[in-house]
Amino acid sequence: MATASNVTPAGPSRESYRDRVVTALVVFSIIWSLLGMAAGVHIAAELVWPNLDFGQEWLSFGRLRSLHTNAVIFGFGVSALMGTAFYSVQRTCHVPLFAPGLAWFCCFAWQIGVLGGGISLLAGWTGGKEYAELEWPFDIAIAVVWVCFAIVFFGTIARRRIKPIYVSNWFYGALIIVIAMLHIVNSLAIPVSISKSYSLFAGAQDAIVQWWYGHNAVGFLLTGGFLGMLYYFLPKHAGRPIWSYRLSIIAFWAFTYSYIWAGPHHLHYSAIPEWVQGLGMVMSLILLAPSWATMVNGIMTVAGAWRKLRVDPALKFIVLSLAFYGLATFEGPMMSIKSVNVVSHFTDWTVGHVHSGALGWNAMITFGTFYFLVPRLMGTALYSVRLANVHFWLALAGTMLYVLAMWGAGVSQGLLWLSLDEIGELSFSFKDIMASMAPYYALRLVAGIVFLAGAALLAYNLFMTIRGRRTVPAFPPAPDAASQP
Amino acid sequence: MNAVGLHRKLEENAGLLIFGILFVSAIGGLVQVLPSVMQESLVAPDVGRAPYGPLELTGRDIYIREGCSTCHSQQVRPLLAEIKRYGPYSRAGESAYDRPFLWGSKRTGPDLHRVGGRYTDLWHRLHLLDPRSVVPNSIMPAYPWLGERPAGAAGDIQAKMRALKLLGHPYTEEQIAGAPEALAGMMEVDALVAYLQVLGVAPGGTP
Repeated sequence: MATASNVTPAGPSRESYRDRVVTALVVFSIIWSLLGMAAGVHIAAELVWPNLDFGQEWLSFGRLRSLHTNAVIFGFGVSALMGTAFYSVQRTCHVPLFAPGLAWFCCFAWQIGVLGGGISLLAGWTGGKEYAELEWPFDIAIAVVWVCFAIVFFGTIARRRIKPIYVSNWFYGALIIVIAMLHIVNSLAIPVSISKSYSLFAGAQDAIVQWWYGHNAVGFLLTGGFLGMLYYFLPKHAGRPIWSYRLSIIAFWAFTYSYIWAGPHHLHYSAIPEWVQGLGMVMSLILLAPSWATMVNGIMTVAGAWRKLRVDPALKFIVLSLAFYGLATFEGPMMSIKSVNVVSHFTDWTVGHVHSGALGWNAMITFGTFYFLVPRLMGTALYSVRLANVHFWLALAGTMLYVLAMWGAGVSQGLLWLSLDEIGELSFSFKDIMASMAPYYALRLVAGIVFLAGAALLAYNLFMTIRGRRTVPAFPPAPDAASQP
Repeated sequence: MNAVGLHRKLEENAGLLIFGILFVSAIGGLVQVLPSVMQESLVAPDVGRAPYGPLELTGRDIYIREGCSTCHSQQVRPLLAEIKRYGPYSRAGESAYDRPFLWGSKRTGPDLHRVGGRYTDLWHRLHLLDPRSVVPNSIMPAYPWLGERPAGAAGDIQAKMRALKLLGHPYTEEQIAGAPEALAGMMEVDALVAYLQVLGVAPGGTP
């Protein structure tokens, strides 16, 4: 003990943050965004020109559609979430990543899984459950990578040097924990062969389990996960702390509690028990409160930094994403009201709703975050602010056109299907209603192309930024500073 | 300790936070989903309803493989216009042998739950191989490959029936033994048509 006085105290090591794995995940995410959106544009074109599959089964709408959703949600979305979680958890805990080798494993295993899964979907391997199409070998692989993701993430938190756990980490943590629970239960199946299995649940029970999963994959991945991104990157962008930390805490628990109940609104007027449908609807309406609390918190955080919007395209994307977040989280509860759902269910309105969330909220906040993050990771400036501004307007125009086209299509479908004439007969045949959708579907195709063009600009802009890199490692703050919460 | 103090504890303890998230998010599932999964009447088949035969089962798996449920629902809602358009509304007992359920979420094309017996086999065949030959404005993809492949090519029909038997579908050993025979000489399109023709048809033969 006496000798210790003349030795420098073995303070926390000054290892740099592990940011290369973050860069890799960002690059993969961008590649998936292009592939996934291109698949989306192609299937949108198939609804205008049905022969665009050229008689090839792997280009057929039914198979390409699940490739589209899997590539954008699990390729683009999850890679972005994993990358930003790794980036922000180090900085909010003031320590480098725990088990960086495992983080690299997560990165590559996930990419291989999404790629292999995508190919298997084109080959017709599918469990047939929406947003959970991948067959059992991939389900197991996903579960393994997810556990590794949890180890890296919570391991980093466990050795943090700041006592309180920052709110962004709660959302990322909820993403990891709840998605694991949903994925494992919903994927339970008896395998028949490598490419085929039968769900452990049947009929109405399978429907309830599937939409408990399906709705909360949206809830905890596309909403919760990206809220984690918001809570870290928005204050960073705006250069201001979160407007109300207490509100963020209340909203977090309200969100985590109430989201999980809302799934049955996907099954209104079906053969599942009435009380389950009713409860699903009521909880969907309650969900509006935490959703808008978060939106208000975000907008108020930016308030006072509005002038930054003029010069910072990244911040513009994030603010716009908050607006679409507010729109989609208002529209969702409205669509869950049974009397609205009568019209909206089974129509393109649902597709429009999903895309106002997916394009307007998820993609926009990711784009904004990437414009902020990549120059910092590369130790250089963004290659072109001008191109990023062009991208902003393309993204906004594409999303608006898409949503308007699908509202038009969806509301007319819903009303025309239900329309009865004065003697009580159906007013219109299904074929005629379907044929009248052509202009909306053409407009949607244009919207998709515009949005994809914007994403291509981002890819070019960030590629050029990475080419001009002068990477310098970033270090955790000195221990003294770190001990101040 | 007040709520803020309690929360500070949670906020500073990763283990408690993980437990808290798991607990709070599990409540909904335990109260709402679990009772439904335990409620046997939800998956009690209608009296006299038998599980899909080998040909229909093969057809159903083709329906899943091609993603038909992406554009076609199998769920007639109890609404006047819907019953007029499609037929009697869907009941839980009709899906008792459906793994997975195929109620769908989108009607780019019409609902198919009551399509059984509505068109002839030949119409379905022509329609699947080239939809625009019978419905000029249709935007449905053509499935020419279904006419070129034997329905039993994968040779897994017995394994499938055994797996389903394990899950409670009442197949007899004779049925399983005779399954390859039932697929002999059939193409994939025949299997799919056979499946479509039993959709929504009650054991007695009427919807």
